[in-house]
Amino acid sequence: MSDHKASNSPDSGAAKGAEKKAPTRPLPKLTELDTAEFWQGTADKQFRYQKCANCGTVVWHPRAHCTGCVDGDLRWHVSAGKGTIYSYSVVRLSYHPFFRTQVPYAVAYVDLDEGPRFLTNVTGVADPLTEVAVGQRVELAWESHEELSLPLVKPLS
Amino acid sequence: MATQRRDAAIVGIHEYPSRDVEGRVNALQIKAASAAKALADAGLTWSDVDAIYDAGEGGPMSGLMISEYFGIQPTVMDTTGVGGSSYEFHAAHALRAIREGKAKVALLTYGSTAHSNAMAIGAGGRGGGISPGDNMETFAGQTLIANYAMVAHRHMHQYGTTSEQLAEISTATRYHAMRNPEAVQAMTDLEFVGIQETTIEDVVGSRMIADPLHLLECCMVSDGGGAVVIASADVAANCAKAPVWILGTGEATKYPQNGGDITTSAGAQSAPIAFAEAGVSAAEMDIAMIYDSFSITVLALLEDLGFCAKGEGGAWVQGGRLRFDRPNDGPALNTDGGGLSSNHPGMRGIFLLLEATRQLRGESTSQVADASLAIAHGNGGMLGARHSAGTVILGRD
Repeated sequence: MSDHKASNSPDSGAAKGAEKKAPTRPLPKLTELDTAEFWQGTADKQFRYQKCANCGTVVWHPRAHCTGCVDGDLRWHVSAGKGTIYSYSVVRLSYHPFFRTQVPYAVAYVDLDEGPRFLTNVTGVADPLTEVAVGQRVELAWESHEELSLPLVKPLS
Repeated sequence: MATQRRDAAIVGIHEYPSRDVEGRVNALQIKAASAAKALADAGLTWSDVDAIYDAGEGGPMSGLMISEYFGIQPTVMDTTGVGGSSYEFHAAHALRAIREGKAKVALLTYGSTAHSNAMAIGAGGRGGGISPGDNMETFAGQTLIANYAMVAHRHMHQYGTTSEQLAEISTATRYHAMRNPEAVQAMTDLEFVGIQETTIEDVVGSRMIADPLHLLECCMVSDGGGAVVIASADVAANCAKAPVWILGTGEATKYPQNGGDITTSAGAQSAPIAFAEAGVSAAEMDIAMIYDSFSITVLALLEDLGFCAKGEGGAWVQGGRLRFDRPNDGPALNTDGGGLSSNHPGMRGIFLLLEATRQLRGESTSQVADASLAIAHGNGGMLGARHSAGTVILGRD
C-alpha cells in the first residue's frame, strides 16, 4: 500500500475532516458486535473482560461465546488494571501516516493479573529503548478519545 | 519406515526469475507463465491438469476465475488461503486427493507484484479488517515486523538467546544467495546495499527496525512467483524429471492465548504429524527449507521442527552450522538464499517446495551432495499472533 493510499484509508481517522488534518491514531469500531461492550466500557475507563460462570475460562478477545465449554455463561468483570509485560518491541520504522510520526514507540503484550493478554502501547517512559522490559510491572494509563478511551499502560508507580 | 508411502510426487517446478517486473506484468500473468514452464518441466501440458490449488492472491473467488484463465477443466478445486504457508497446505491436500484417486495432476501457482506495488508489508499499518481480534489491536500500531520482534524478545528473555545467534540465520542465507545468480540479480534489482557475504557484525550493526530485529534480519519485499506440479505415481513414472516424493505432511494453526508461550509456534503441532507419516526424523534431513520472513522465524521453527530442543536454537545455529558445505553438522538452510536474500513477494511458501525439489534433483546452486531428504516448512500470518503452519517432508528415489 502506498503512503498516499494509506493516508486516505478510513482507518487513519483523517478522512473525517475535509481539511488537511494531522494524521490521527486508528480507533476501534464501536459497531463490531463481539467487542462493542468492551469499548463502551472504556468511555468510563473500565477494562472489561469476560469470564465463564460455568467453566471458569477467561475469554480474550471478547466474543459472544465461551471457548472453554459449549454451554457457556459469560459474565463481564472489570480488571483492577495491573499487569506484567509478557513481551514487547520498539517500533523504529512505520509507514502508517500516524504511527510514522510516533517512532520510536513501544508495543507490548500485557498479561493482566486477571488473565487477559492484550496488545497495547507502553507510555509514560522518557525513553522506550531503555525503560521497557519483559517482566516489567505496569498499570493502565487511559488515552481519552471522543467516544472511548484506549487502554495503554505505564510503569507501575 | 515400513509404512512410508510414495503416492504423489513433485514432477514439475518453475521459479519466476524476475523480482522487479517494473509494472510490465501482473500477478496472474506470473502465475500462468510459471504454470506453463512447470508443466513443460514435467513433460506435461495444460490438459493434463485435473486439480487446481490457489491461495487467492489473484482476487476474491479465485477458484471461479483461475481455471478459466489457465484454460483447464479441473475436477478438484482448493482455495486454501492461510498466508505464506498456503503452498505447503496445497501440497498436503494434493497428496490426499491423488491418494484418494480423485486427481492425477495437481497445479499450484503463485504470483505477486508486491515490490512494484510498493506494498509496505512489514512496516505498514494493519489491514482495515474488522475481525474482533483486529478491532482490539489496530490502535497499538504494531507492525508485522514488531510482532515477530516480540517473539524474539521473549525468546531472549526465556532462553538467553542473543542477536549474534539470530544473525547466524542471516549470514547463512546470504552465503547461499551469493551462489545463486537469480538471488544476486534480485538483490541488485531491489537496490540492496552491500551485495556480498555478510558477517555477524554486519547483521547486528545494521539499522534497528523493530527491537530486537535489525534490517538484515528482515526479508525483502520483491515481485515474483512460481509453480509446482504434483502427480500420481503412474503419471510420475513417465515424466521428464525424476520424481520428488511427498512423504508426509502436517497442518496446524495457533493464535494469541491468555498465558500462552509465543516462543513455540504451530510448527510444534504440524511437524510431528508430518514426520510420523513419513517415517523419518528431523535428524535425517539433508535440507531445511524454513520460511525465513525474519531471523527469529527460523530459530523458533528449528526448535519446533525438532532439530534441537526448545530454547537451544541460539547455541545450535552458532558457527555456521546451517551452511550447505557443512553437511555433517545438520541440514543446509534455505540454499536458494531464502526470503532474506533471494525471493519474498509476500507468500514465500511455494519457494520452499521449489528449492527443496531442486536439491533432491541435484539442481541447486548450493547443492548438498547426495541430498535425499528435505523438509519444507511454511509459516503464514504472524508468528507472535495468529498464524498457520504447514510441514512437507520430501524424498527422492
